[in-house]
Amino acid sequence: MNALERFRAKTRTWLEENCPLSMRTPMPEEERVWGGRQPKFENPDSKIWFDRMVAQAWTVPAWPKEYGGGGLSREESIILGEEMGRLKCRVPLFSFGISMLGPVLLKYGTPEQKAKHLPPIARGELRWCQGYSEPGAGSDLASLKTRAEDKGNHYLVNGQKVWTSYAHLADWIFCLVRTDTTTKHAGISFLLFDMTTPGVETRPIALISGGSFFCETFFEDVIVPKDQLVGKLNGGWDIAKQLLQHERGMIAQIGRAIGGKVPPVYKVAKKYLGDENGKIDDPALRDAVVQHTMNDRAFDLTIKRAAQESEAGTASGGASSMFKFYGTEQNKKKFELIMKCVGTNGLGWEGDEFDDDELMICRTWLRSKGNSIEGGTSEIQLNVIAKRVLELPD
Amino acid sequence: MSLLLNEEQTLLKDYTHSFFGEKLPISALRALRDGKNETGFDRDLWRQMAEMGWAGVLLPETYGGVDFGYKGLGQVLEESGRTLAATPLVSTVLLSAPLVLEVGSDAQKQNILPAIVSGDLILALALEETPRHTPANTALHAEADSDGYILNGAKTFVLDGHIADQLIVVTRTSGAPGDVDGLSMFLVDGGANGLTRKRTTLVDSRNAANLTFNNVRVEPDALLGPVDRAYGALEAVLDGARIGLAAEMLGSGLEAFKRTIEYLKIREQFGVPIGSFQALKHRAALMFCELELTKSTVLEALTALDEKRSDVPQLASLAKAKACEMIELVTNEAVQMHGGIGMTDEEEIGFFMKRARVAQQTFGDAGFHRDRYATLMGF
Ligand SMILES: Cc1cc2nc3c(=O)[nH]c(=O)nc-3n(C[C@H](O)[C@H](O)[C@H](O)COP(=O)(O)OP(=O)(O)OC[C@H]3O[C@@H](n4cnc5c(N)ncnc54)[C@H](O)[C@@H]3O)c2cc1C
Repeated sequence: MNALERFRAKTRTWLEENCPLSMRTPMPEEERVWGGRQPKFENPDSKIWFDRMVAQAWTVPAWPKEYGGGGLSREESIILGEEMGRLKCRVPLFSFGISMLGPVLLKYGTPEQKAKHLPPIARGELRWCQGYSEPGAGSDLASLKTRAEDKGNHYLVNGQKVWTSYAHLADWIFCLVRTDTTTKHAGISFLLFDMTTPGVETRPIALISGGSFFCETFFEDVIVPKDQLVGKLNGGWDIAKQLLQHERGMIAQIGRAIGGKVPPVYKVAKKYLGDENGKIDDPALRDAVVQHTMNDRAFDLTIKRAAQESEAGTASGGASSMFKFYGTEQNKKKFELIMKCVGTNGLGWEGDEFDDDELMICRTWLRSKGNSIEGGTSEIQLNVIAKRVLELPD
Repeated sequence: MSLLLNEEQTLLKDYTHSFFGEKLPISALRALRDGKNETGFDRDLWRQMAEMGWAGVLLPETYGGVDFGYKGLGQVLEESGRTLAATPLVSTVLLSAPLVLEVGSDAQKQNILPAIVSGDLILALALEETPRHTPANTALHAEADSDGYILNGAKTFVLDGHIADQLIVVTRTSGAPGDVDGLSMFLVDGGANGLTRKRTTLVDSRNAANLTFNNVRVEPDALLGPVDRAYGALEAVLDGARIGLAAEMLGSGLEAFKRTIEYLKIREQFGVPIGSFQALKHRAALMFCELELTKSTVLEALTALDEKRSDVPQLASLAKAKACEMIELVTNEAVQMHGGIGMTDEEEIGFFMKRARVAQQTFGDAGFHRDRYATLMGF
């Protein structure tokens, strides 16, 4: 047995011994663990699972050990992912710190910043939110206006963010601010600060899907120490774009994450439309379902190929925009198809007349509409592909 | 399970790219068409390709082949698709050679395979009888008597049917059209008595023929494979051909797309390149996604063939369906984005659309393969 095979065997045994059985079932959204100063564990098993994974540092298996990571090689973390997938283990910790901030801090942070921020992210002790969008700066993000003025030994932040996911529950924010008003992209900086700093206020906004997880976020004379600037002053745009690539990669995977609660479309179709002779009973929907399933398979293969290409150093770029675009459009189509299959049973908003899965389908269908907006809209992804990959003129 | 090419496969791809670009550009197809060339392809060039081992790509060394596998052949096919090269790759290399290798008797293999490898023998598979691909619907009747078999019926859309030296004819020896049991295959000489071959002039200017069998008599040793049980081997070989054809279509799609993007950069209207218009940019980006997805399915399917995996049938349908959807989109958009020029015979972009529609119909279109995939997956 070579080293990797031994690692696989050890990992498998560890997971089998340590992952509670209820953590191997599809995860309802409310059971997600986000960590933070006031962590919530709807299901007691998820605390056990979270604690054990944190102790292994497998919430961030590939981060360096000195910053609280598991220190696994690329191959080892792939194996860990495969073994978790095999057992259908739930993701132990959801975190914008892990999926978005961490990778850019590792690259742009000072040793002090890394030592201060990365270990608490790895242990799920602090929850982060993303302060990018503003009322006047969405797709045209670089037109953002939130000011950070240099006051000698600190920055003074004033302005407003919007659509800030989980701002009302977050402990810290990574925030794009304007530090030079005379230029556009070259006048943006990347700041980190505590959401309990005086002058920070959040107001949740109700969504079409009923929840209210994103907020308007206001900053009034917020004092931010200077060592909380990441990268160079006015050098925030490059960091912002890199972070977006990580975010897009993550959103693209939406709907295919391990532990998703919605069953495959074909099962929903069979359940609601019938399957005499083993065939989904509505020929038009059967064709739509199979086409969608085939595109999913083709998309999965493309993700796999891109991973192999990037490992071999032959990646062609533009991949994250393609994945963000295609993955989110697929997820939206999936819910449109599921809604068609479920028929009027999918139209319930609340109440006992509908079962929980049906209510969840309706809410998730509505929520899926945000996938092609958050993290840069589908139209913006197509713009990026046209510009960066196809090199079409402006 | 790598979806990447190894060094040898990359070299082969690069080499075939320049070969087809130099020897068989689209102008060669145009010349065959305009010259009303009887054979519809260039036999000397085919011998050259055979010398480089392409005719024997899938065959073992025992028969002179190079045993380079489907992933290697896929690269040749993809590059041939870029220039729409007319060759017997599909009829002879993808369909007939593996069929003979799989179910042929020792004598049949010895007679046929080395001659395929050398480029001397062209074979065609006579399968279709109806306008839409449905292999089990075979009705062409083969009646056994004391001296062998007598064949009666008709075949259509036989690729390279009029130039083939020999035909592999799928016949019904029992059961009724629609049954998968009761099919048998025979080797029939291209010049057999009672066989009439008529070339059909198709929109893609490539080779296909209608055949009629009027009491065509064959010896008992003309039987290829078992009596009544041809379907399994036939389907397996058809899957290889579907995947190979998807590779060819991928090449055509990539090339038509590349030409279109180039045109978007040079053609100016309203004082700017038309590629600066977002309506066209977004559609171009959509095509890019479809091409990337198709490429992944083709590579996975080729790999599965080489690994003799059990999911080859699903992957064949996946790759062929994606290739059909992709090429319809890309060729339609290519013509549209070229404007009036795109409608002219002089501009080559139209050739891609014409070839695409024939390739789409060959061995099942997107609808056929979606239905098949659904059935295989139990949907
Ligand atoms: C569920 C959800 C969660 C979010 N979470 C966060 C968060 O945590 N932090 C954060 O900072 N932001 C967050 N956002 C905000 C998100 O990034 C923005 O909504 C997004 O970038 C679009 O900006 P906008 O809403 O201003 O729309 P607009 O930019 O006004 O776009 C409106 C429409 O115009 C189109 N459009 C705009 N520009 C172009 C163009 N150049 N070409 C073609 N079409 C164009 C868009 O595609 C869209 O269809 C979230 C959004 C959602 C829906």
